Amino acid sequence: MFKRKDLLGIQDLQREEISTILDTAESFKEILTRPIKKVPTLRGKTVINFFHEPSTRTRISFEIAAKRLSADTINISPSTSSLIKGESLKDMAKTLEAMNPDIIVIRHSAPGAPHFLAQVAKFSVINAGDGAHEHPTQALVDLLTIKEHKGKIKGLQIAIVGDILHSRVARSNIFALGKMGAKVRLIGPPTLIPPFIEQMGVSVEPLLEKGIRDCDVIMLLRIQLERQKRVFFPSIREYARLYGLTPDKLSKAQEGVLIMHPGPINRGVEIDPRVADAPISLILDQVTNGIAVRMALLYLILGGKR
Amino acid sequence: MKIIIQGARVIDPANKVDGRFDLLIEGTKIMAMERDISPPKDTHLINAQGKLVVPGLVDMHVHLREPGREDKETIATGCKAAVAGGVTSMACMPNTTPVNDNKSITNFIKCRAQEVNLANVYPIGAISRGSMGEELSEMAELHEEGVVAYSDDGKPVMNPLLMRRALEYAQLFHLPMISHCEDIHLSADGLVNEGLISTLTGLKGIPREAEEIMVSRDIILAKMTGGPIHIAHVSSAGSVSLIRQAKKEGIPITAEVTPHHFSLTEEMVLHFDTNTKVNPPLRTKRDVEALIEGLRDGTIDAIASDHAPHTLAEKEQEYNLAPFGIVGLETLLAVSLTNLYHTKKLDLNTLIAKLSYNPAQILKIPAGTLSIGAKADICIIDPEKKFVVIGSQFYSKGENTPFQGQKLIGTPIMTLRAGKIVFPLDDPDEAAGNFNNFSSSLR
Repeated sequence: MFKRKDLLGIQDLQREEISTILDTAESFKEILTRPIKKVPTLRGKTVINFFHEPSTRTRISFEIAAKRLSADTINISPSTSSLIKGESLKDMAKTLEAMNPDIIVIRHSAPGAPHFLAQVAKFSVINAGDGAHEHPTQALVDLLTIKEHKGKIKGLQIAIVGDILHSRVARSNIFALGKMGAKVRLIGPPTLIPPFIEQMGVSVEPLLEKGIRDCDVIMLLRIQLERQKRVFFPSIREYARLYGLTPDKLSKAQEGVLIMHPGPINRGVEIDPRVADAPISLILDQVTNGIAVRMALLYLILGGKR
Repeated sequence: MKIIIQGARVIDPANKVDGRFDLLIEGTKIMAMERDISPPKDTHLINAQGKLVVPGLVDMHVHLREPGREDKETIATGCKAAVAGGVTSMACMPNTTPVNDNKSITNFIKCRAQEVNLANVYPIGAISRGSMGEELSEMAELHEEGVVAYSDDGKPVMNPLLMRRALEYAQLFHLPMISHCEDIHLSADGLVNEGLISTLTGLKGIPREAEEIMVSRDIILAKMTGGPIHIAHVSSAGSVSLIRQAKKEGIPITAEVTPHHFSLTEEMVLHFDTNTKVNPPLRTKRDVEALIEGLRDGTIDAIASDHAPHTLAEKEQEYNLAPFGIVGLETLLAVSLTNLYHTKKLDLNTLIAKLSYNPAQILKIPAGTLSIGAKADICIIDPEKKFVVIGSQFYSKGENTPFQGQKLIGTPIMTLRAGKIVFPLDDPDEAAGNFNNFSSSLR
């Protein structure tokens, strides 16, 4: 059962709600194999993609999802909107509300921005990533992908590798995997592991080869070396040497291990090209599932009728 | 003009008074405090049975925003807010625009406060020019013009050499240096306490150590130079321990805590309400307990609001964009009574001392006492009156309070300054004693 007006994060979702979303997504996957990949379910509905941060995957995924359900979609980005004139988020929200859209899909660099929108306006809000806080649709995509390939989620050992501190994908996945009964281990340099993270029910292992030994799935996160991040680790070179997943390091993992990555990937940094393109890599499956999951969410949030 | 406040429990920590007394006020001064004063002719009587009478509160950490940000607050609205909160004397921080690092600004603030004529405003002068942390301000000029302390509050003095020189130079003036203890390299872009909540929300954390390291540094500099240093808005358990140890060694350090820091914890941040965004940030239960213990054993000398009003537009933004700061003048006493007195964590005498006598002593201002002959700056409190905090009803221009919607117990019901009622007033702009409404307002 899913009756929420908004999807702001995984943190407050019940297990049953997550199951409903995944089941609905599975049924929408079938549409994606038809020659005419469109159903009239959300005809006449308006979905606005408000992407304050750059995105390829998530934005196009939401746009395609909405269009496949016959909804009308509009994209807003800061450079082409009056946000560049200094308009506040509150005014942007109120302005959009006055045009009566059904759903706003928001990606923003500020944690809490989707919550702010949901408080300030009547339309439904889907969080497509708010700063380092949550990226709930990505976590749902990841759950679906794991379920498809492993048959279950409960009891699996999942490793998440990389810059956990700045990662919304990590946070949402920690919540999601935890609620569905999987065990999560975080792997990364100590400077990029958030304080008190064990209180979220996860374990931490600073060494990659040790940490992946008994894993069913290894999720890799993109590493970035921005100006500030120079203080977290000395260089990409050193990061790649310690935490980049190469076939050699992968050989320490168990038989049947699968590789995931939310994308975009840095070939040769956190993931070796041979691993990225290997049959055990589910990266492109995640992309395909992204559309089904987002279709499911748009459908469920707008009442799940028809 | 003669006034007698009758039948109240009078608490005057300065004179170790706690009992049922009448208070006689003549003109601007307190003339007598006795069991039963028979009213001379033409005396106005204030029936304060069942109420508390304490010295007008002294808030030693307030941001009045004028000159420069009158959209957030003016000296006038700040004073109205103060007296509504029972505060008759306050020290205002110099981070105005321009910064108060010269006698013109100090003079302006004093004159404006005199025009408003509701409360006593004592300007604090900047430690460094423009509070940029590079060159000393002209401290002698500021001293002559009447500042009561020096501070770069809002910012720390990051350069220890500058802090050392400021402390040495200020030995000429015997004024305290009020230190905002924050290592900006460690706190870098942080928004909330570094801990479980920062991890859950993805909001960048400010570690306790950013404060503790600077507290430690300032303690050592106070020892080196003779200080005195007053630590502003202590927020961390570690800081309390450091200050306790420093006092044991006789180092000239005093400290203050805000009501929000001894009442609220970081969990409040989970809803991304920007009225929880403050520097130093709300921390954990362990810190709250240590701060209260610090109040109990004297490690922390004063309670001060760090009243920091901001406009609605500024606070109604994404968490990372909203400015740090919470208003506090109008909830200072009520939150203290609710969370310290009514919870039996602190006795009333100690609590009132932290809000009046102690800060007055630190700043060496003539306030915080009900001595015979002292100025009649008085606060009458109903310690049992229940009310709900509604930010939009504040006299302050700022509504940014984390206590919005909270039920509090205990509040000032009348404030006198220099023998005149300044709160409540039908028309607060008319600062003449208006006795026609006081008996109803004491209901």
